[in-house]
Amino acid sequence: MKNVTLTINGKTLSVPSGTTVFDAARSLGVEIPALCHHESLPVVSACRLCLVEVEGSRKLQTSCSLLATDGMKVQTETPRLIKYRRAILQLLLDSHPNDCLTCQKAGECLLQKYAYQYGVTFREHDGARRPAQTDLSSPYIVKDDSKCILCGRCVRTCDQVEKERQVLAFAGRGYATRIVADDDKTLETSKCVSCNRCVSLCPVGALLDRRIMGKVRPWEAEVRVKECRSCDYGCHFDVYYKDGKAVAVKARAPEPGRPLCLRGRLMTELLWLERPDTPWRKIGGKFVKASWVKVLGLQRLIDKMELLDAPGDRQ
Amino acid sequence: MAEFVFDLEKNADKIQQFKAFMETQKQRKGALMPVLQDAQSRFGYLPKEVMEMIAEGLKVPMSEIYGVATFYSQFTFFPKGEYDISVCLGTACYVKGVESVLEALEEELGIKAGETTPDLQFSITPTRCLGACGIAPVVSVNGELHGHMSKDTVKELLDSYRCKNKQS
Amino acid sequence: MITTERDLITIENLREVRERARVKLDGRLKGVSGIAAWEGGYKLTGPFYEKQQRVVLRNCGIIDPENVEEYVALGGYSALAMLLKDWDPKRVIDEMTRSNLRGRGGAGFPTGRKWAEAYRHDVPQKYIICNADEGDPGAFMDRSVLEGDPHSVLEGMAIAGYAVGADMGFIYVRAEYPLAVERLRTAIAEAHERGLLGERILGSDFSFDIELRLGSGAFVCGEGTALMESIEGKRGMPRTKVYRTSHRGLWDCPTIINNVETFANVPVILEKGVDWFLGIGTEDSPGTKVFCIVGKVNNAGLVEVPMGTTINEIVYGIGGGAADGREVKAVQTGGPSGGCIPKSLFDTPVDFGSLARIGSIMGSGGMVVMDDTDCMVDIARFFLDFTVDESCGKCVPCREGTKRMLELLEKITKGKGEEGDLEALSELGEVITSTSLCGLGQTAATPVISTLHYFRSEYEAHVRDKKCPAHSCKELLEYFITEKCIGCTKCARVCPSACISGKVKERHVIDASRCVKCGACQAACPTGAIIKQ
Repeated sequence: MKNVTLTINGKTLSVPSGTTVFDAARSLGVEIPALCHHESLPVVSACRLCLVEVEGSRKLQTSCSLLATDGMKVQTETPRLIKYRRAILQLLLDSHPNDCLTCQKAGECLLQKYAYQYGVTFREHDGARRPAQTDLSSPYIVKDDSKCILCGRCVRTCDQVEKERQVLAFAGRGYATRIVADDDKTLETSKCVSCNRCVSLCPVGALLDRRIMGKVRPWEAEVRVKECRSCDYGCHFDVYYKDGKAVAVKARAPEPGRPLCLRGRLMTELLWLERPDTPWRKIGGKFVKASWVKVLGLQRLIDKMELLDAPGDRQ
Repeated sequence: MAEFVFDLEKNADKIQQFKAFMETQKQRKGALMPVLQDAQSRFGYLPKEVMEMIAEGLKVPMSEIYGVATFYSQFTFFPKGEYDISVCLGTACYVKGVESVLEALEEELGIKAGETTPDLQFSITPTRCLGACGIAPVVSVNGELHGHMSKDTVKELLDSYRCKNKQS
Repeated sequence: MITTERDLITIENLREVRERARVKLDGRLKGVSGIAAWEGGYKLTGPFYEKQQRVVLRNCGIIDPENVEEYVALGGYSALAMLLKDWDPKRVIDEMTRSNLRGRGGAGFPTGRKWAEAYRHDVPQKYIICNADEGDPGAFMDRSVLEGDPHSVLEGMAIAGYAVGADMGFIYVRAEYPLAVERLRTAIAEAHERGLLGERILGSDFSFDIELRLGSGAFVCGEGTALMESIEGKRGMPRTKVYRTSHRGLWDCPTIINNVETFANVPVILEKGVDWFLGIGTEDSPGTKVFCIVGKVNNAGLVEVPMGTTINEIVYGIGGGAADGREVKAVQTGGPSGGCIPKSLFDTPVDFGSLARIGSIMGSGGMVVMDDTDCMVDIARFFLDFTVDESCGKCVPCREGTKRMLELLEKITKGKGEEGDLEALSELGEVITSTSLCGLGQTAATPVISTLHYFRSEYEAHVRDKKCPAHSCKELLEYFITEKCIGCTKCARVCPSACISGKVKERHVIDASRCVKCGACQAACPTGAIIKQ
């Protein structure tokens, strides 16, 4: 493939043609802030944080959608860009609850990270905020609309699974835009299968893994990546250790050929955690507590193994 | 807002026609919008039951249908009145005082903009520029334009439609 | 005779059909008042039309839009026939490029360049889209063309299809225009019937079809990529442009999107020649532009003038100045994306470059005249209210930023403005303009920025003195009893907050600090002594 040579913040590099400026910068070790962009998802350029200045163009460009070209000269941290990033982050904080003290996402939250990086803080105002709507219907996922920044990562990742499994979508428009499950159902009554793809990609605390809440916070945990043994896909999960004990499991972002599923996640919990929480099954739009044998669908196997292993039956 | 129940039995004929229409659209690229538009005008709104039919008929996830339906302001989840009054909120109408016309309508009908009277006779739909700026301020009732409106001519206008109903 | 009328029109018989149709049209228009023969065709007469030059609107109000023969009678489809017979697509594109026809939807992008880009990509499927989602409040140029001369748009689209190698076109039209939709349906059906659309147009090898798609009430769908999303059956949220739409547009195929007025220009440019077209208007912006002059003006209506005509000429010369004997204060061009131009700049010629230099835009051509009773802060609030309602919600600056701007403007028009609010408005405006994803967001702040620039004193009066100089902002008005008062006490008796005092047969006084501004006193006063100021 043809290469193109460009300059980012004064450093020259060559990348294969078709590479975005965002990725080219990353390969140089230059991190451009972005909330909506993720390598596993289609580019939408919605958060506008990754804007960069390109020599010869007055208009700012989003680096996630801008293809590198020969001779392009890019700046990623000019005073103008910093000013706009601060303003955009401020707009997001103005609609966001000041809840970082108790938010499970603290420490991993991208909004928090960039607010810290650019020195933007919460401020008092009388204007609108996202309505406080929390969906606690699922034992696996907490959906808190008040924290949502509408980056659409969850919608895009949900859209990547087979059509009939697609659950999340944008609804409404403008400031009143929301993320809904099916036709505005709860996660429990919707078709959601709790694969937690959305949770793994949410940059803020709007979609959280419910089974980790209250157990451990990221900075006090030792995290080990485990490959799921439930099937050949081998999706990746983080196992959180606190004081030497494995206390929680969380799905890592899906990758090509690694789609994530609930069964795999539960299997991973069972394998690695000392005392995993009771599993739940969704039956007819209702979550009910279930046994591990049932939820992993192992009954027939166990019966058969017991039968085969029974000493009396050996011939 | 009052609750409106969709009567599957009473609407059986319409549903059949709608399904036939959907069948003709199935192969068309980007069929969702024309199908939703047809449903909206056929049933006067998008009943949940009809959206489920669309999901099944066009093989589109319910979430996508809901997302599209809530994006465009002409789709509604409750019925429009028999006489749907569109009040133009364009610039020309605004500078010529359409706000007082809207207020008078709301007062006279006892509903807010975007709502339908409980007897399903009238609904008020605030709408974008109707392109009849020359006769601003303008309202349109089921597509019929009425220009040079003022708060004093509102009652007269409503009465003329109320009369039509009594006659028929 | 009736059967031959239904016959297919072909390159060979077009002339004959035209001559026959012309005789009929001449007969029908004979003695019709308000229409006169002119330059081999017809024109509308009367003082309102005399100062106009009608190119796009050449047939509007003259021909019967539901009869294709009347369009043919005045030269319709002869440009398409000429190209199909003698021109190769490249020549069409070169001529369109030379004409420097700039997109009439508002941005003014050169049409020829757009076409050339789509022509360059050698793929089996390309599309032509006519953007008829005319959403700017106070603008109805496109509606008038669609209703009065739909075939000019169909012909323009077919020419574009021939030029770039597309066999399919879509017209995306607002559902709020039922008559336009009806006329288009009729026109498309008639064009099919006469061999002007569909397979082997005019008997040539070229096939082109047009499908009608309706909007459903979303202003943002006037943005090209949002419109494409909508045709694809999705939420009308603008796309980020990794590639131009003339490279990857509708269903990822090269797509030409032009608006109604642009397409209506195409046949007449090719029929009369590019040099003729270049002779009209300015070098920067050749041709004419249709404006809708509305609001507080004497003669409201559609006005088509050469580019470069001054605002003065349009507002006073044709529009006849302010209505009701009042004073014109400003004209708002370009709808929610445009700015308010003060009277002092009315000698500005109207073309893409000049309007941009004074902080407004051409937009699609809406011109709303404002008089001294219109509060410019309130007008800015009105437009922001519109934008907030119509923002798709995709990108942060537009979704969140316009909301905050509106909140500030509401605060100011309610007399609760504080020191620093105007600076906050300017800064937010700059951020939204520079960082938003699509044209809607990038221009959303223009109504605020332009009024802040030209009418800053009005803003300051609201913030500092809590006064509305135009006496328009309700919550800043104070009721006042003039010397006409006869001391009948009626006002004091109806006042719900008991803030009116005075003795019988003496002039009463309102305590403004306790007044709730309900207006009951004014309604009760028998002598009209109570005024708002």
